[in-house]
Amino acid sequence: MPRPIPIPDDLSRPFWDGCNERRLLVQYCTYCDRKQFPPEPDCRECGWHFHLTWIQTTGRGVIIGSSVTYDSRIVAWHDQQPYLNAVISLEEDPVIHFHSNLPGVPVHDVPVGAAVIVDFIEVTPGQLIPEWKLA
Amino acid sequence: MAREIGWERNVDPVGIWEHRGKVALVGRGHSTTDRRWDGVSMDKTLGAYAMVAAQAAMEDAGISPDEVDGVITSAGGQPGHRSFGEQWAPRPYFDPPYDTEDGLTFVTAEWLSRQLGLRNVKYLNSHGETFWNLMGLAFQAVGDGRCEVCLVPYPNGNLEGRYHQAEGLSAPGAAQWSSPWGWGLSGQGFVFDQYCRKYGSNHDRMAPFVVQERKNGLLWPHSYYALHEPEPFTEEDYVNGRWIAKGLSIFDCDRPVQAAACYVVTTAERARDMRQKPVYVLDHTEGMFQPRSLVQTLEESEEWSDILAKRAYAGSGLRPGDIDLFSPYDGFAINAQYFLEAFGWRGVKRGEAHDFYAGDISLHGPNPLNSGGGNMGTGRMRTAFVTDPMEQLQGRAGDRQVKVDANVAVTIGVLPGNACTLVFSTSPD
Ligand SMILES: [Zn+2]
Repeated sequence: MPRPIPIPDDLSRPFWDGCNERRLLVQYCTYCDRKQFPPEPDCRECGWHFHLTWIQTTGRGVIIGSSVTYDSRIVAWHDQQPYLNAVISLEEDPVIHFHSNLPGVPVHDVPVGAAVIVDFIEVTPGQLIPEWKLA
Repeated sequence: MAREIGWERNVDPVGIWEHRGKVALVGRGHSTTDRRWDGVSMDKTLGAYAMVAAQAAMEDAGISPDEVDGVITSAGGQPGHRSFGEQWAPRPYFDPPYDTEDGLTFVTAEWLSRQLGLRNVKYLNSHGETFWNLMGLAFQAVGDGRCEVCLVPYPNGNLEGRYHQAEGLSAPGAAQWSSPWGWGLSGQGFVFDQYCRKYGSNHDRMAPFVVQERKNGLLWPHSYYALHEPEPFTEEDYVNGRWIAKGLSIFDCDRPVQAAACYVVTTAERARDMRQKPVYVLDHTEGMFQPRSLVQTLEESEEWSDILAKRAYAGSGLRPGDIDLFSPYDGFAINAQYFLEAFGWRGVKRGEAHDFYAGDISLHGPNPLNSGGGNMGTGRMRTAFVTDPMEQLQGRAGDRQVKVDANVAVTIGVLPGNACTLVFSTSPD
């Protein structure tokens, strides 16, 4: 079943290129010592772009909650319903979140609070996206 | 653009509103409510309904079109000033006045002013956004003297078919961060799941709230449900609602409708000569927030609604015990609790909303929450949130009239991330 494919833009390309190298990157402001994801043109704290760079995360996280989608607004997902939507909080900076479908985890039995580790799956030849699996 | 006139009260400390008690609501009018517009019936367009509502509002206030000197609206009823029609149904247009989208699924102040033959208008603004935000803008504009007798129409349309359906496999822009994982209304279910985990509740405990709202809405003749689905709605119906995204069921989602309402807003001074007892505006405050990362969390919903509540208390000079009627937005129904708890109405604290729903929230009891029925009771008209407090404070809510002494009413919408609070009173002081 094909899923929607992210279309990188100037702002997001480093992130998606990182995924293709199996590295999970987030924006980092060297002035504020602050991570930011999804990427934005400027650091939300200092308001400048000068100090924004990209930093590799540990790829370790925690499941902070979930839902199960039965009636998606995204047509490409309709034949996967019901499917799991979990939110992952990054271990070294819990404010940073990622989405996950937690492949292999029963949709109605999500171990909220459990540790997870990043993995990468191919959505189209040449593009990996982050997924997460129980650590 | 509305924002460019810098009217919003969204920077703390806001201080007591400079026009507190000097602006009043004096008339309201409603069109009938349809489920959808068929795309061909010219007497059922959003423009036609806005005209019906405006004429009814002027009649209610006892004023003539020549007295109107301002029209302020949210032309498409939606943020971003967009017309549903342009998104959904490209069409060959019709004869004037329906030779553009304006008047069909989008009603500008300019269009309405022309159709109503308003000869003395000096201020037109079509850039109101959400319904609460629109009312706040109008109250500020009248307080500031931009106009003195202002029509405030709120048109809100719905066409055939489903909307917000994203086709294809391409996820550009914001969708690149969500669509590859099928994220969407799961955001609503996720926050509700966090709430239930934190406070030990569950979705079934929403039932008494939504059922009471439907009862209230059925008592309002203009509501979608009174007109089209008058059958009683039970707790059993609610708990058997199909999931959209677990934590959010079909009965937490408001039914899109085609309807318009209109209000007459004027100065307290002019209000004295008009037909209805004035409802005084004590305050409006606004707030808009961004999640820190990819999704809005429970922590943020609580933090933002706390900021909004504190701001509204500071701006109005009221305390929780002063509020007789409280109407938090409910489309989606599972968001109302964040506002209820933040405002601490009737002493409700964080995590206690569902206990409160289990008590007496009926119209005849001490805690008539959303006495107008909200969107769950009326459909996505949104206007029950102003028409009901207005009628309650004027003592003309009919079968919906609450038994408590109703002198101060507060309503807030739309969502914790983007909301405006309106405070009404029977007294200007
Ligand atoms: Zn910075």
